[in-house]
Amino acid sequence: MHAFRIVKRQEPLGWASCLVISGAVVFALGVSATLLMIQGKSPLSGLTLLFQGAFGSRYAWEDCIVKAIPIYLCSLGVAIAFRLQIWNIGAEGQFALGAVGATWMVYHFSFLPAILLIPLMMTGAFAAGAFWGLIPAFLKLRMRANEIIVTLMMNYIAIFFLDYLVYGRWKDPASFGFPMTPTFPESAVIGKIAGTGVNWGLLLCLVCGVLVWIFFRYTRLGFELKASGESIQAARYARLPYENLVVLVMVLSGGLAGWAGFLEASATLNRLQPSIMAGYGYTAIVVAWLARLNPLYIGIAAVLLAGLRVGVENLQLELQVPAAFGEIMEGMILLTVLAASFFIYYRFKPGRRG
Amino acid sequence: MSWWDMLVPLLAAAVQSGTPILYATLGEIFTERSGVLNLGVEGMMIVGAFAAFLTAKWTGSPVLGFLAGGCFGAALGAVHGLVCIGFNGNQVVSGLALTILGIGLADYMGTPFIGQSAPGFDPVPFPVLSDIPGAGVVLFHHDLLVYFSYGIPVVMWFFFRYTRWGLRLRSVGEYPHAAAAAGLNVSRFRWAGVLVGGFLSGLGGAYLSLAYTHLWTSGLTAGRGWIAVALVIFAFWHPGRAVVGAYFFGGVMAFQFRLQATGTHIPSSLLLMLPYALTILVLVFSSWRGRDQRAPAQLGVNVEPSE
Repeated sequence: MHAFRIVKRQEPLGWASCLVISGAVVFALGVSATLLMIQGKSPLSGLTLLFQGAFGSRYAWEDCIVKAIPIYLCSLGVAIAFRLQIWNIGAEGQFALGAVGATWMVYHFSFLPAILLIPLMMTGAFAAGAFWGLIPAFLKLRMRANEIIVTLMMNYIAIFFLDYLVYGRWKDPASFGFPMTPTFPESAVIGKIAGTGVNWGLLLCLVCGVLVWIFFRYTRLGFELKASGESIQAARYARLPYENLVVLVMVLSGGLAGWAGFLEASATLNRLQPSIMAGYGYTAIVVAWLARLNPLYIGIAAVLLAGLRVGVENLQLELQVPAAFGEIMEGMILLTVLAASFFIYYRFKPGRRG
Repeated sequence: MSWWDMLVPLLAAAVQSGTPILYATLGEIFTERSGVLNLGVEGMMIVGAFAAFLTAKWTGSPVLGFLAGGCFGAALGAVHGLVCIGFNGNQVVSGLALTILGIGLADYMGTPFIGQSAPGFDPVPFPVLSDIPGAGVVLFHHDLLVYFSYGIPVVMWFFFRYTRWGLRLRSVGEYPHAAAAAGLNVSRFRWAGVLVGGFLSGLGGAYLSLAYTHLWTSGLTAGRGWIAVALVIFAFWHPGRAVVGAYFFGGVMAFQFRLQATGTHIPSSLLLMLPYALTILVLVFSSWRGRDQRAPAQLGVNVEPSE
């Protein structure tokens, strides 16, 4: 019936996979441009505005990197969990808890100098994020509850908890009714790298990225983790401590997302307010998957998707395109790349099927 | 007011707000029975909700709107089918992408319509049955879409249990290789699973915009699609148990709104957590209790195209 059949490649495509992925992204851009056309806007000028807004000036670049920082940390954490085939969809909630944990420290220890307060905030953020990650790990291991749904539900709960704090208990009495905490004291603020608009969170990203890379590449534990992710049966057979690995992975994953929340509160907003929840935790999943869980590629993908957000802001300003355009593009890119990956692992062979 | 006078309206509200969840849960059961995990329910629902709203507004016909909601849900489901069945993509990731895409699409197209209303469905007392004391008010003082939803679990139960096609669909979810060896076209059945599931999820979304709110707001689904995904596990993939779960959550949501309306001192953000926290509890409970009940054996696993 068919003039060709599908066979698995001996080796997945190497450098040529870049071509496949780029092709998929171009396809997704094309579809998104069509959507602009539906709303009666010129697709070409739309895409141009998108790119100019994202990477057209020094200021745009800085904005991209500032937004890429929380995405990178969340995505790095998500990628660690995905390596073990633990589907942590909860970076968004772990991020929220991290921001709350850091703010809690500011509330109680604001008298301390920065050199003590910042490490305390980092500890609080990591612990709170890790705690939020531990609950689904525990429920998965002890009660066999599906972690996808638990982590997702915990995102909703975390966001309402953050709302509860900033609308009530932690609300700045001088904020004219706006739901926000008072501005952090200077000792709780992460500064900018001299001469740029980018904060020192960038350094934290680099350190974490290198550590994660070393962990997977050179440590026994990292190797065990990768092996268990390939096959749980094999891991059990080899007596690898699967349960401990799940806990470890969720602690690291939650903690990293927590740090992203800490940076966002401390360096970008200088306070806690509901707008801190910008959906970075969900974008992080897209980034991790596009980058095939590799710490370096995650960096590249994080900047690109941060660029998409910044570019869409420009599009919003110039063409009055709704902000949701960015989400559509994110979803489209991920779907087309998923579909296109087929060609990395399979090829067509002439001849009849079977 | 006696407890009876309070309970009956609450139960009636539970049925009403449980109906969109019911449609979506039944849809996802259908899809998962064929072996495909589609986590994009939330996305398919909200796209269905918007398509239904817009169609009803343009044509003036709520029935056409309802059907359009189903069709657009199925269309988004087809994207999942294309990626997973056609191109062997990861089902978990594709479903998540579908949710992001669906929410984005509905927001993008819907922004100009926020706050506008469309012709929808109003309650019509069911002849005769609505006069039953208690149960009549709870079950038979609703709109047509609620009555329609009563039929679906019965049809699905019969389909899975007593029809050849239902058995085949299940076999594709349990043992795709055996099914293929027996001469079934596995991908065709999985496509059917994805499309029917998407259609029902879309109907669930359509219920929200046409009968529940009668107007368009952004974020209309508010996590109901995810609750539906959790309820599939609670229901152990049986349509009958899905009814129980959906109305339970409908009750929780109705109760929470009522409590908020009474001006309680509990902050609203804490009340809003309730359905999501309960979803975790229900999931944990049913996963723990249902250790011997299991998902379709090959749920979420693609069939290698070269085999």
